[in-house]
Amino acid sequence: MVVAERKPIEEILAMVADFKKVLLVGCKGCVTVCCAGGTKEVGILGSALRIARKKQGNPLEVVEHTLERQCDPEYVDQLAPMLAGNGFDAVLSMACSVGPQFIAKKYTIPVYPMLNTTFIGGALEHGVWAEFCQSCGNCIIHNFGGLCPIARCSKSLMNGPCGGSANKKCEVSPEIDCIWHLIYDRMVELGQLEKLRPVFPIKDWSTSRDGGPRKIVREDLKL
Amino acid sequence: MRLNYPPNVRIVNVPCTGRVDVIHLLRAIETGADGVYVAGCMEGECHFRNGNIKAKRRVLAVKKILQEVGLEPERVEMFNVSASDGPRFAAIAREMTERVRALGPSPLRDPEVCAAWMEAAQ
Repeated sequence: MVVAERKPIEEILAMVADFKKVLLVGCKGCVTVCCAGGTKEVGILGSALRIARKKQGNPLEVVEHTLERQCDPEYVDQLAPMLAGNGFDAVLSMACSVGPQFIAKKYTIPVYPMLNTTFIGGALEHGVWAEFCQSCGNCIIHNFGGLCPIARCSKSLMNGPCGGSANKKCEVSPEIDCIWHLIYDRMVELGQLEKLRPVFPIKDWSTSRDGGPRKIVREDLKL
Repeated sequence: MRLNYPPNVRIVNVPCTGRVDVIHLLRAIETGADGVYVAGCMEGECHFRNGNIKAKRRVLAVKKILQEVGLEPERVEMFNVSASDGPRFAAIAREMTERVRALGPSPLRDPEVCAAWMEAAQ
């Protein structure tokens, strides 16, 4: 899933400093699962903003709403009746950065992101998420025991480990596992260590951001 | 036991403090409570294993939010008290009441209520 985290409240308060009434919109997709922008987090942020502004003697009306998803036009369209003539100064989106862009595309109203979209990852445990994918556009993890050296090696090395690997950890931080150590262990476990012997060629990055913004077209799914 | 505790404390029953969420504490503050505290079981004695530990973490999260929005984080607190320890229940009610009195009324209260409070305090 897309993993995100809420911006500091101070930063958000500065964004909305000039507003009197805002629509705070959550998303029931990835950001609900990673506890950053679902109904619950919308309630918490809404309450925090109201408290802050009431204390300043400059109340902010925050209307809360959560969409099924903000990355599909049919759900973003559902905001139309709310935004028609209700005097909102801005929309605050608690989705990943796709959400505010979809809202901005559809409606002529200032849109602000409440989250920092951080990475594609998964939960290691309750309350802990880590990056597992860099969406390079050409998955190669089968060559490395199912572990991704692109997203999980600090240098995205195709032929690791580097000299900075020590005691199973990356030199960038003792918090980061050396993925190449884990790949080696995994290949030993699978009895496939020989598969690491060939030198892997330089990665073709044309499927990644090198080609500009990417698009997928599926004719079979078009209506 | 017939112990007294300050009448300003309003009790909200929950099945376990593990049910208490960040939004519950925030809403209390938002609607004008001068302080909120969670009275959970002693650590290690939760009937549901770790509800009180979860509550403690959530109280800390609310403290952080209050700090960010410019309110005193001391307005929320987590206490541990055994269900059979009436004297401690009364003691923490007094402790929290005294702490909140020292902080003064919540700035989110109606100004008239604040004025009446300050007058009564004097």
